[in-house]
Amino acid sequence: MGRKIILEHYDVPNLKDYNVYRSVGGYRAVEKALKSMTPDEVVQEVKRSGLRGRGGAGFPTGMKWSFIAKPEGKPRYLLCNADESEPGTFKDRYMMQYNPHFLIDGMICSAYALGCNTAYIYVRGEYKFIIKILEKAILEAKANGWLGKNILGSGYDLEIYVHTGAGAYICGEETALIESIEGKRGNPRIKPPFPAVSGLYGCPTVVNNVESLAVVAWIIQNGGDEYAKIGVGNSKGTKLISASGNIRKPGVYEIELGLSVEEFMYSDEYCGGMQHEGRDLKAVVAGGSSVPILPKELILKTASGENRLMTYESLSEGGFQTGTMLGSGGFIVYDEAACIVRNTWNFSRFYHHESCGQCSPCREGTGWLEKVLHRVEHGTGRWADIDLLVEITKKIEGNTICPFGDAASWPVASAVRHFRHEFEYHVRFPEKIKNREHFASEPMRLFINEFVK
Amino acid sequence: MKVTIDGHTIDVEAGTTILQAARQIGGDLVPPAMCYHSKVDNTGGKCRVCMVKVTAGSEKDPRPMPKLVPSCVTTVQDGMVIENITNPQVLEARKNVVELLLINHPLDCPVCDQAGECKLQDLSYEHGIVDSELVEDKRVFDMVDIGDKIKLHMNRCILCYRCVYLADQLTPERVHGVMFRGDKAEISTYINKAIDNEMSGNVIDVCPVGALTDKTFRFKSRVWFLKPMNAERNCDKCCGKSTVWMFGDEIYRVTSRHTQYGEVEEFICNTCRYDKKSTSDWTITGPRDFGQASVINQNNYVQELKKVVIKADKRLL
Repeated sequence: MGRKIILEHYDVPNLKDYNVYRSVGGYRAVEKALKSMTPDEVVQEVKRSGLRGRGGAGFPTGMKWSFIAKPEGKPRYLLCNADESEPGTFKDRYMMQYNPHFLIDGMICSAYALGCNTAYIYVRGEYKFIIKILEKAILEAKANGWLGKNILGSGYDLEIYVHTGAGAYICGEETALIESIEGKRGNPRIKPPFPAVSGLYGCPTVVNNVESLAVVAWIIQNGGDEYAKIGVGNSKGTKLISASGNIRKPGVYEIELGLSVEEFMYSDEYCGGMQHEGRDLKAVVAGGSSVPILPKELILKTASGENRLMTYESLSEGGFQTGTMLGSGGFIVYDEAACIVRNTWNFSRFYHHESCGQCSPCREGTGWLEKVLHRVEHGTGRWADIDLLVEITKKIEGNTICPFGDAASWPVASAVRHFRHEFEYHVRFPEKIKNREHFASEPMRLFINEFVK
Repeated sequence: MKVTIDGHTIDVEAGTTILQAARQIGGDLVPPAMCYHSKVDNTGGKCRVCMVKVTAGSEKDPRPMPKLVPSCVTTVQDGMVIENITNPQVLEARKNVVELLLINHPLDCPVCDQAGECKLQDLSYEHGIVDSELVEDKRVFDMVDIGDKIKLHMNRCILCYRCVYLADQLTPERVHGVMFRGDKAEISTYINKAIDNEMSGNVIDVCPVGALTDKTFRFKSRVWFLKPMNAERNCDKCCGKSTVWMFGDEIYRVTSRHTQYGEVEEFICNTCRYDKKSTSDWTITGPRDFGQASVINQNNYVQELKKVVIKADKRLL
């Protein structure tokens, strides 16, 4: 049984009510931080914990905080990135829905550490019901003196506001999020300057994921060293994983980093194995739609034959050739009946729709990728299209302002790299693929010897 | 600060961008720029054609930068070493970006008024590939009149945002901007409102392609048949310095003066641009110099204008 931090009290009824949350030990972290710690000590505690950003990039949170510029006479801002829109990821929604006070708890500690007097929670536009939950929680916290002026008599002021997006994936990129809060079109900014120097309204700003900020409360209460005991190597602590796809028990799970992928996939405590009897695992997207997809043989074991673990390092072992990334923890499982081409087209359609259109490689390239994949999926593909897909991804990757271009090209490049035979199957048998369930009746393994693998 | 670009070292002030440093050296090693405009604030970083490779970050930290960087918005560090045309990766990336810029571009240069002074045309001539692998239909928009003097041809637009930022700079209330997202993004006015402003004509000059064209000049002549002349007049609204484009003694159009990089030197008002089209309005000071490579130079100034005879099969005419 893995240790639970974020989902520790998830079985307590009405946890989102202030009194219930307080009765399970809520807001003790704020008390501890404000009464007995200096802001620098809080930062040091988070650094000691080895917490890494849970939004996808995995940048050490403590280090990010220490970069914030502290010029005189300028306010600093803390932004909570709750614009969770990565296909396959729904962990933040779950957490905010059932335990909103935990986030506010963590945000007060974080804002205190950074010296911010204003913090925003940027919630994705589709999560309308979450906004109500968060606003109610903020009001409750304020009524009980955890927010507002002179919190706990420490002389520290903090206001937290909820800001909603309008449903654009790109606003999850930190600088686009800042633009959006400023009331502008959500276009990512050109970096440098980084938000730590010039962010919201030109002031130093820190943007963190919901999960990263929430867990700060636990770290303050129990100590960074305690947190660092969990996990393997540089991947410390626990992580929420949103498991979906062809598994028996989809849902949000909290795992200790270092759990093996095989155990996560097949143990009854977590995903519980494949959804349908007799259908084997085909592929896994381990960290949300943006990360490379891996076939069965590479997700369970690395190319060098070691067990693949749910850590930042182990999942990315082998680089992009044979590895993937932990990303935001959107764990999507595909069985034999799933069509990788269709899935890749679906992802590509998403990226085409969500590209902000600011820089040319991404604006034009995502549309082109989608068109080519649409062709291949619908039986009018040419043999040259398979190489063309790889060519287009190379044209986009690394040439864009923000990581969106990379995120749009990695799933396509990896799908062609590991499942080229499926693309070839689509070009070769345009009649067969007209049946959308084509792999359900005749799985790819029956044909595999006919294709170069 | 000492920077080295393609083997040429130059001393520049702190805060200079790589592109500006390259322009101070001049010559072939200057990266092309489509979205960056030195006279318009906040421009740059969007079109990605000016990407260069930084092989040494600075004197203190000589590590190379992992990715290509946009030269128009990257400031130089002391001891920075940059490769532009000497780096095959840069040229490859530039070629790729040009290809992507062209996949939805209508390639209607033969009927486009911008032909001959179009940055995209120059770029595709230098870096483009002959045949694109795109087989689908291109994205198509309708042509729009924004105001009675400006035509917006969105198919040709590369979304450089120059005209948007220019309006922010010159006018207190911008009425046009970018709507929608991704490859459906378009320049548009607020509910088809006209851009009505004394300096609005300058958006035509800053547009690097033929997306915004002068309706009073559309289809009048190709630019390389005209003789661009520097001209001046006393104007109370603007600097009064312009380039008049003449055919014989007739002024076909008036534009602001462009530098060798196609950037506007000083913005001019709409009165100068649209209403003063007689030689008596202007003091012509001399021929306007264009870069060696410009097609506008094909029509040199000493040659006397002769009747143009088109030799073609009678059936074609």
